Amino acid sequence: MISHFLKLEWKQYFRSANWQKSVFLNVLLVFFALYFAVSFLALGVVGFYIIKEQFPEQDPLVLVNSFLLYAIVGDLIFRYIMQKLPVMNIKPLLILPINKNKIAHYILVKSSFSFFNIMGLFFYVPFAIVLIKEGYNSFGVLGWLTTMFLLIQTANFLNFLTNKNNIAFSILLFLLIGGYLIQYFNLYNLPGFVGKGFDAIYQTPVLAIVFLIVLIVLYIFNYKQLRNEIYLDAIISEKTKEVNASDLSFADKLGDLAPFIKNDLRLMWRNKRTKSSVWMVAVGLLYGLIFYTQPIYADKEVIFVLVGIFSTGTFLINFGQFIPAWDSSYYNMLMSQNFKYERYLKSKFTIMTISVVALFVLGIPYVYFGWKILLVHFAAMIYNVGVNSHVILYGGTFNRKKINLDEKAAFNFQGTGAVQWLIGLPLMLLPMALFGLINWLVSFEIATATLAVLGFVGIALHKKLMAAITKKYITNKYVMIHAFKQEN
Amino acid sequence: MIQTTQLSKKYGKTEVLHIDELEIPTGQSFGLVGNNGAGKTTYFNILLDLIRPTTGAIVNNDIQVNKSEEWKNFTGSFIDESFLIGYLTPEEYFDFIGDLRGMNKADVTKFLLQFDEFFNDEILDKKKYLRDLSKGNQKKVGIVAAMMGNPQVVILDEPFANLDPTTQIRLKKIIKTLTENREITVLISSHDLTHVTEVCERIVVLDKGNVVKDIKTSSETLKELESYFSV
Repeated sequence: MISHFLKLEWKQYFRSANWQKSVFLNVLLVFFALYFAVSFLALGVVGFYIIKEQFPEQDPLVLVNSFLLYAIVGDLIFRYIMQKLPVMNIKPLLILPINKNKIAHYILVKSSFSFFNIMGLFFYVPFAIVLIKEGYNSFGVLGWLTTMFLLIQTANFLNFLTNKNNIAFSILLFLLIGGYLIQYFNLYNLPGFVGKGFDAIYQTPVLAIVFLIVLIVLYIFNYKQLRNEIYLDAIISEKTKEVNASDLSFADKLGDLAPFIKNDLRLMWRNKRTKSSVWMVAVGLLYGLIFYTQPIYADKEVIFVLVGIFSTGTFLINFGQFIPAWDSSYYNMLMSQNFKYERYLKSKFTIMTISVVALFVLGIPYVYFGWKILLVHFAAMIYNVGVNSHVILYGGTFNRKKINLDEKAAFNFQGTGAVQWLIGLPLMLLPMALFGLINWLVSFEIATATLAVLGFVGIALHKKLMAAITKKYITNKYVMIHAFKQEN
Repeated sequence: MIQTTQLSKKYGKTEVLHIDELEIPTGQSFGLVGNNGAGKTTYFNILLDLIRPTTGAIVNNDIQVNKSEEWKNFTGSFIDESFLIGYLTPEEYFDFIGDLRGMNKADVTKFLLQFDEFFNDEILDKKKYLRDLSKGNQKKVGIVAAMMGNPQVVILDEPFANLDPTTQIRLKKIIKTLTENREITVLISSHDLTHVTEVCERIVVLDKGNVVKDIKTSSETLKELESYFSV
């Protein structure tokens, strides 16, 4: 049975309209995965000795344990943003003589082989080997390692259970920041307290059973939930929500773009998937705090560009790269309505521009970390409007993958995945490289001005660029109609 | 109104549609029948420029559909649910289409009034998204939207399928009133021979992409069609 499922997924992947694109992205993903694996491996091998050298009076294992709480919470946050939950189109399977339990187990077990679960082991396993080599009690270390393994799996199923739930995400962020603050102000050493628990496992390895029980309980919980959702009516009853109609007449000011912009606003608010990309905007906006609060980045101006492009462009990247796939399920209708294609694209462009400017305005408080930052952010904003928005609209003509907004709730895990961020990379790396080069060769002012000028050139050429992009969309019209008809 | 010349559509070596000559005059109610795979939807898709013909062309009111997009101004259509926007309510959807077809809110409300009976209180003011409506009710929305903005050509693919008997009868009434003044050209495809002979004055039978019958509807037409299909 499992081989059947695997075969089905294999065919689904290679027979989908856009598998070439996903192969390319997957190659990139593999590179990243290798990078992480190697880094973790190196850290695992030498980590013990580094700690020993830096903190000679502390036991490395105890020190690592006292930071595990951060590692776990960080892992969960990372998963929330990056991990794609396993998707399977179960509807056609329901009427076949396949045990529903099997479907549920298959989906769950498959998820536990995710790369996110293996990544951590690249650190923990070599670290444990070094520990044993250094004369630690083998049983104790094995018990500790088993615990780590169980913890990773627990995180996996916890992530599955919360299913990209924003409340859970907020709790995690709160835990991370709160835990740090409490420790920072010496109120209470929460991570240290948690670390003591892990120390105890090393002393008495049998305690690892506790985590096994937690994992089993979580698995059963997941299984029960999933098993309950393998019905059509469970999927439907959950779905029929009352309409939340809000007054969007303010958009009428935008003239003949209004109908499309109103539609896009509704699209964003009424579909789970798009909602999550709106939420990402908040994360993107706060992104700068990671760097700007650290003094080592204070004179690395290239980082300003990264933050500038990213924080003003989160929405641009998240929303823009799926144009026109957002409208894929009714693309046929749009194509037989009387409007000019340019108007449609223009409305998308307008929405993205508004978001970029609005995010820049919201990011003005960054001036607290220096006027240079604000200046670079401003240039980045212009660059986003003038260059990146056009690039991403052009990139949209390569979209061949249907987005099924109506996907019934239970298996609609189409959230943000790692791939989505990869596409954003060139949009950020290019201006960074350019800026870095000029900054190094000439001066900060000229480098900043270059970005802004590029942006202004893009804005000046807007009409021409849009005409070219529109032409490309029209040429690709039939291919897109055909591809959007396919279910993934 | 609609001229088809030397039209063909091939996928690889298989020809799925081949029409040498087909002329649909203004104001005609035109029915297209045929078994699955006969090419009905393919014909409509080419007419709406959703797929490209391999050879030949369709000219809609002097506009070749794959050359200019001007035909969109006077052509309303409903092919399937992919013409609906799932996350909108029916009202919002009508407003959206109305906007594109140059109607304001008041126009739309007035326009919808005449379909009160057809909607049977199941569409408007229900506080539901289109994606949560039943297949039949979705179809009602799509059909009515196809008639918005005074189109001169209305294209409906399988309009009777999925509808309940009462609504089918009401739809027939609507189509008849639509063609009453002989100004609007209506194109319908259907598997239901009874319905299509009732509303269409001309019926064309497609088989494997070819026109095999072109009948002016009379009292014997239904019998003729039934005997043709009962092979």
